[in-house]
Amino acid sequence: MATTLTPFSPSDLTGDPRRQRRERAMGVVFFLAASMSVLVSALILVSLFSNGWDFISQVEWSRVVGVNSWNPRQNTYGITTILAGSLIVTGVAMVVAVPLGLGGAVYLSEYAPPRARSLLKPILEVLAGVPSVVLGFFALQWIAPNIVGTLFGDDKGNSGSMLAAGIGVGILSIPLVASVSEDAMRAVPDALRQASAGMGARKLTTTTRVVLPAAVSGLVAAFILAVSRAIGETMVVFIAAGAVSTATFTTNPLDSGLTMTAAMASLASGTDQVRGASLAFPSLYFVGIALFFFTLVLNIIGNAFVRRVRQAY
Amino acid sequence: MALTTIGSSSDTAIQGRVAEALEGDTDVKGRLFEAALIACLLVSLAVLALLVGKVLGDGLPVFADRGADFLDGSLSSQPDRAGISQAIIGSFWIATSVVVIALPLGVGAAIYLEEYAPRNRLTAFIEINTRNLAGVPSIVYGLLGLAIFVEYFDGFSGNQGVNRRTLAAAGLTLAALVLPVIIITTQEAIRAVPQALREGAYGVGATRWEVIRSQVLPYAAPGILTGALLSIARAVGEAAPLIVLGAVTGLLGGGTGLSASSLLDPSSLTERFTALPITVATWAKRPEQEFNVDDAAAAIVAMLVFVLLVNSIAIVLRNRFERKRSA
Repeated sequence: MATTLTPFSPSDLTGDPRRQRRERAMGVVFFLAASMSVLVSALILVSLFSNGWDFISQVEWSRVVGVNSWNPRQNTYGITTILAGSLIVTGVAMVVAVPLGLGGAVYLSEYAPPRARSLLKPILEVLAGVPSVVLGFFALQWIAPNIVGTLFGDDKGNSGSMLAAGIGVGILSIPLVASVSEDAMRAVPDALRQASAGMGARKLTTTTRVVLPAAVSGLVAAFILAVSRAIGETMVVFIAAGAVSTATFTTNPLDSGLTMTAAMASLASGTDQVRGASLAFPSLYFVGIALFFFTLVLNIIGNAFVRRVRQAY
Repeated sequence: MALTTIGSSSDTAIQGRVAEALEGDTDVKGRLFEAALIACLLVSLAVLALLVGKVLGDGLPVFADRGADFLDGSLSSQPDRAGISQAIIGSFWIATSVVVIALPLGVGAAIYLEEYAPRNRLTAFIEINTRNLAGVPSIVYGLLGLAIFVEYFDGFSGNQGVNRRTLAAAGLTLAALVLPVIIITTQEAIRAVPQALREGAYGVGATRWEVIRSQVLPYAAPGILTGALLSIARAVGEAAPLIVLGAVTGLLGGGTGLSASSLLDPSSLTERFTALPITVATWAKRPEQEFNVDDAAAAIVAMLVFVLLVNSIAIVLRNRFERKRSA
């Protein structure tokens, strides 16, 4: 028995034109939203270079590389001074953050029973949420007198120092080190642990000889990203490193000092006076350019290591 | 001769030896290692406890002495009169800017990258760009805000000189700062949506946007909300970009047009501003103990109550949904 089909054409399947228009419109809206992040990057580069160029093109470079102090109001822009400050603070921070963060991560990933994990992990998450000004206050008012002062004499603990600031930055970096390295260790397949245990290895041996080497890319990533974070940290150093707006070259962490970021913050908080008078204000953007590219390179390398962990397993 | 097996009850001597061999020596090194690992976490916990204790110990007496007067007061050169009302207004509008500007843009961008974007070079570029933006130091965003929002757009106010350093410029700067964070957390939330939900919806004839609206977004909502809450907390605690933007740090009472009556008044947006973390930083650097210890700690208490509350809600929310979904 034959049934007659109503005549049928492909255009019947395309649906309501209003629905299609809305579909296309939403696609465009979301694309525009996504392009905003590219716009932000472009604006960062434009603002850094359009203002930093004044400094780069006009400054006497002997005032940048040939001097051992940072004092923009005296037309002295010793970049090595604030670079050394950044390296010292970052170095101290890593001495604090790497063992504490890594140790915590190994425990959470390899040892902690689920209950302990669910109780201990939030400690790191809460610590990650503490604003850096709070750590700055703590570094100046507690770490300086109680840790720096106790170890190196009260006169060193009375005011801020790069050591106190570095410890503060280190505390801020613990959660980052812990979370990146824990992710890396949890990505190591259980088959490796089981094989190791099957060979008679103890937990300690399995952890240090099997899991850690297998996760090494992630551990390197954790270190690099933490260094980048520490170099970019501003407020702890601004509050607790003891320097006001000038600094002299030093390699002693017990001295007061400026990092690149703290030098920028100091310059900016006095911009009303320095604006237009000299190259002091454009030097803010010059340091910004240096900081931007340092951290960019570190982040690109760090993220490449993170990807290597993901690809390996 | 009967076969002796290890399990046979007749040979307890062998059984004992096997049990001993399986147990091994007490693993002293292993125990010490585990104790050291736990100690690492306990040090972090101790630091957190000391920090909170120090802040409460120094800050609560200010609230006890002055109570609402401290919340109500304005910036002042006298520590016993200085208060945080303008800072609260500034931080309120900064948080609002993040919700109004960064949240829709960030979620939209994440939807594009996960649901619409073709796999081509442009998409890869946007992805890499977002990841790198998330790692740009916050103070660099301050330079962006100063050059573009303050100097090019006059702080969206038509003001001149330092009066261009408006709350609107600050809000927009911090919205730009948290945008990549919102994009990345939303992308992760969308990626966790099971493919079967999408296929089911497409199967009954939904368009792409209808699939997103009816299936993807509801499923990803807790994850998106978690990211949004963490971003708000981050923006409210962030001081470095605001210093560059020229937040009012002066102690002479004036300088900001923000007054206690105007918490919800959007005209604050075209005024010069301060914010809680800026107030903390300014006071912490003052020479007088009443400022650098007492008032600074009290302002930190006010800020931490908000920041840690928002963070904890985010953490609890995420853990609850993770557990539900994995069950």
